[in-house]
Amino acid sequence: MKEIVIISGKGGTGKTSFAGSFAALANNAVFADCDVDAANLSLLMHPEREETNEFKASKEAFINQEHCVRCGLCQELCRFGAVTDDFQVDSLSCEGCGVCYHACPEGAITFEDVVSGEWFISATPFGPLVHARLGIAEENSGKLVTLIRNKAKELAEVQGKSLIISDGPPGIGCPVIASLGGASAALVVTEPTLSAVHDMKRVLEVCRHFQVPALVCINRFDLHEKNSQEIESFCAEKGVPLVGKVPFDRVVTEAMTKGLPLVEFSKGETAKRMCEVWEQVAERVG
Amino acid sequence: MIITVASGKGGTGKTTIATNLALASCAKNKVQFVDCDVEEPNAHIFLKPQIEHTEAVVIPVPEVNLEQCSYCGKCAEICAFNALAVFKEQLLVFPELCHGCGGCSYFCPQKAITESPREIGAIEEGLAQEIPFKHGRLNPGEAMSPPLIKALKQKGSSAENLILDAPPGTSCPAVTTVKGSDFCLLVTEPTPFGLHDLELAVGMVKKLALPCAVLVNRADIGTKCIDEYCAQNDIPVLMHIPWDKKLAQLYAQGEAAVLHDQYWDKLFAQLWGEIKKAVSVAKNNKLEKEVERR
Repeated sequence: MKEIVIISGKGGTGKTSFAGSFAALANNAVFADCDVDAANLSLLMHPEREETNEFKASKEAFINQEHCVRCGLCQELCRFGAVTDDFQVDSLSCEGCGVCYHACPEGAITFEDVVSGEWFISATPFGPLVHARLGIAEENSGKLVTLIRNKAKELAEVQGKSLIISDGPPGIGCPVIASLGGASAALVVTEPTLSAVHDMKRVLEVCRHFQVPALVCINRFDLHEKNSQEIESFCAEKGVPLVGKVPFDRVVTEAMTKGLPLVEFSKGETAKRMCEVWEQVAERVG
Repeated sequence: MIITVASGKGGTGKTTIATNLALASCAKNKVQFVDCDVEEPNAHIFLKPQIEHTEAVVIPVPEVNLEQCSYCGKCAEICAFNALAVFKEQLLVFPELCHGCGGCSYFCPQKAITESPREIGAIEEGLAQEIPFKHGRLNPGEAMSPPLIKALKQKGSSAENLILDAPPGTSCPAVTTVKGSDFCLLVTEPTPFGLHDLELAVGMVKKLALPCAVLVNRADIGTKCIDEYCAQNDIPVLMHIPWDKKLAQLYAQGEAAVLHDQYWDKLFAQLWGEIKKAVSVAKNNKLEKEVERR
């Protein structure tokens, strides 16, 4: 079984638009939305939820005011400044380490599982989708991503699917690392802006660090041809395959507004270029 | 006054807005710029600061003195992040999983664990024209950005006005940035993705009980969904900026629009005024509420 993860470094380069079109073009695949912070892939896939599950991966401390003698040890030990002066735990600062719980001489602190999100399995016209919603301001996005990927793998095995297509998060931190590890290939969607190029280089370093083969495609390449050429030269120099270039076209936004993958909405030139990117990716990932 | 420019969705224009806002307001106000998107910092591309000072940021990770260790397993039992594992006569430390809580060293009955610093990234500081500038750079391969963002925010600042450029999303890196702000400007675009992620960002700001307002970028693409949502939820919309080829090209080249065209300079100076107004309205509302409560 193969797994392609779509990442970018910089946000807003078009990851989800690519993932949506790939979903429409791929045969026999399972889809995973690994951008659990801002999960948008489902907006293009018309999912019908089949399964909803709670995501519990962290614990949070709670101080029982009746038993607390205000000795201050928890506040002194907490490295995250989560114990307030009136001995309440600020849940937004609590890291879930449990040091206060273990240390409290009065046993006044409990340390309980918290639900920090939900994850779903949905049926879509293109195949099954595993997606999630991390609670607002919650932690452990990396763990939720790992869970989503594991569920997608299980589903692919059970249903005899040969490919997983994952829509990844922006950045280079914890959820990106969780999305990448062990994937067959990463498709880096970039655009010809200095910001996106800077960020692409950093995310390519992360791919190399975790030994995931990377592919690059340039979205809105015609917005700045010179920068696009520089991306091409950079990829050639580093031996990173360039798998296509898609022009700037308002039809992409129109498709999104209609809640459709570009290739389902339009048969125009931009959609054709998107199809070519998919063919290249599919051929290289095998 | 701390103003944070944030968004749920990435690529909506946070950095464009934040950098141009700083440049348009710095002539008449004392402004400092902090790029808190330590995973993918971009503001320096537009502000072009002269970096004068670089400093490594470390987090404490356990170091075990095996001669003193009795392999009792207490440290592994305490660690909520599985950063330590103890077998019969073996102890493994996974520093990349460590959150630096200090639990293992505090609870070790043999006092065999000390902490040693591990570098996760760096803070760079300098001047961008007259604007004091700082940003953080997370080392590629590192997972945890919040400690770096915290270190960046803790570094003292003398400026009256702080502009923070936030990372995308609504989980720990964004929350760590937005926390403690006086005002949050949420940048979005009028598409289903923009709206979906704006709702999450508004949820985050509400959870932190901060005043916020919205800026609709590329306002002429997509639909009226953002204005409708903001009207329904009583969220002020400070400005609409249409898609503009010239602006997109300046962005692509790493140039700040306000330095190239009077039009943009005026527009962002106006935005600064709108933000100041929104902040004072929010302050008054808060005072009124406190008076009512008393």
